[in-house]
Amino acid sequence: MDFSVNSGFLYAVTALVVVFVLAQSAFFLVKAARRARQLGITGQTIRKTVLSSALFSVAPAVAILLGVITLSKFLGLPLPWLRLSVLGALTYELPAATTTATAMNLSLSQPIADARAFSAIAWVMTLGIIPGIFLVLFGLKKIQGGVMSIKTKDPKWGNIFMDSMFLGMISAFVGMLFADIRSGVPGLIPIVVALISAAIMGVCGILIKKCNVRWLEQYALPISMLGAMAASIPVTMLMG
Amino acid sequence: MNRSYQDSVHLYGRVWTATAIFLLLMVPTSICVRYNAWPEAQYVLKGLLGVAPIYWTVCIIEVLTYAPMLGTGGTYLSFVTGNLTNLKVPCALNAMEAAGVKATSEEGEVISTIAIAASSIVTTLVIAAGVLMLGYLQPILESPALAPAFANILPALFGGLGVVYISKNPKIALAPLAFMVILFLLAPSLSSSVGILVPVGALIAIGVSRVLYKKNML
Repeated sequence: MDFSVNSGFLYAVTALVVVFVLAQSAFFLVKAARRARQLGITGQTIRKTVLSSALFSVAPAVAILLGVITLSKFLGLPLPWLRLSVLGALTYELPAATTTATAMNLSLSQPIADARAFSAIAWVMTLGIIPGIFLVLFGLKKIQGGVMSIKTKDPKWGNIFMDSMFLGMISAFVGMLFADIRSGVPGLIPIVVALISAAIMGVCGILIKKCNVRWLEQYALPISMLGAMAASIPVTMLMG
Repeated sequence: MNRSYQDSVHLYGRVWTATAIFLLLMVPTSICVRYNAWPEAQYVLKGLLGVAPIYWTVCIIEVLTYAPMLGTGGTYLSFVTGNLTNLKVPCALNAMEAAGVKATSEEGEVISTIAIAASSIVTTLVIAAGVLMLGYLQPILESPALAPAFANILPALFGGLGVVYISKNPKIALAPLAFMVILFLLAPSLSSSVGILVPVGALIAIGVSRVLYKKNML
């Protein structure tokens, strides 16, 4: 059987997995929306949550598509499409693929022609990231049980505990913005972009609270993110 | 929280997750069978040795860190669909904040799941549409004019998200934020392993908030 990184077979396998992901997402969406209605959450809030999350996801999804394009130069389109639609992230998939390709002395500038080399890369990309999902399968109930006991023992501390976890994550990513500061003015670009995003969010907050523009509540983050991304183009021209 | 809903999410979550694992393993297996192309074990091992020590650790840390934030349904779904830090976690946080629900409540659990499900569907469809129309889109997406916008997604995301959470909880935010800024100033190369630093930041924040809580300062 002739092998190609863009064969119809690989597209068919990828399409099957992509349909599975869509089905799983739709299942949980319907299940959670039904429960939300039982809990008294209005249909309007559910719709706004769906729309705002959808809008928020477009720009990062396009960035993931850029990752697919990056990997497609030597892996073809179907495998990167599959790996970045399920479980993966470019920060993992690229090192996994390049490490294996390098071990086999393969060029990363042209499509892989050897099926055995391709399957070795596919195995490494799969096995290298699978422990997390196994832990979710066998350990999530126990983890959530621990979280539940914190919540029920002392509800006030439970809320503070969760806020602390969120702030721990946000701190790591905000701190990362300062990583390139020693490279001079261009190293300040991420900080300026983050400040623009924060400023847009601040304006949205004023509009929501002072001017009662309630619909903005759901869309403030997507607007801030897209606005700051657009602003990063002239900012980079000026500071880059 | 209603036990039957939680139990049912665990049951269905496990079924979907087990099926996802089976499908994921079937992908390389089917490539091997179809092309009679079983790889040499040494190359798979060499590749795994290069990435597994770090990424297996990150995978486990991510589950322990993000599962409490995402809730049960959100965790089952987001660990199959991936792209957690750059997409699913901020999306869930934003949705809960906008809907005015606490992550610790059942309302928070369902809003988080709805947000992650909607995000997963849109992301999957955008990537699929992008792949199908790549001939038209590639020149636009890879144009130098748009490059800064995609290079700055994380600052654009965490600037907006950060200002909301930090302004709400400045006392808790101060210590982990100062620690991370100093750490990245001293060791810029750590930005490639920011995932490992998320639980470090969380532990600092939890430690500080516990002390403040005990002293009735929160």
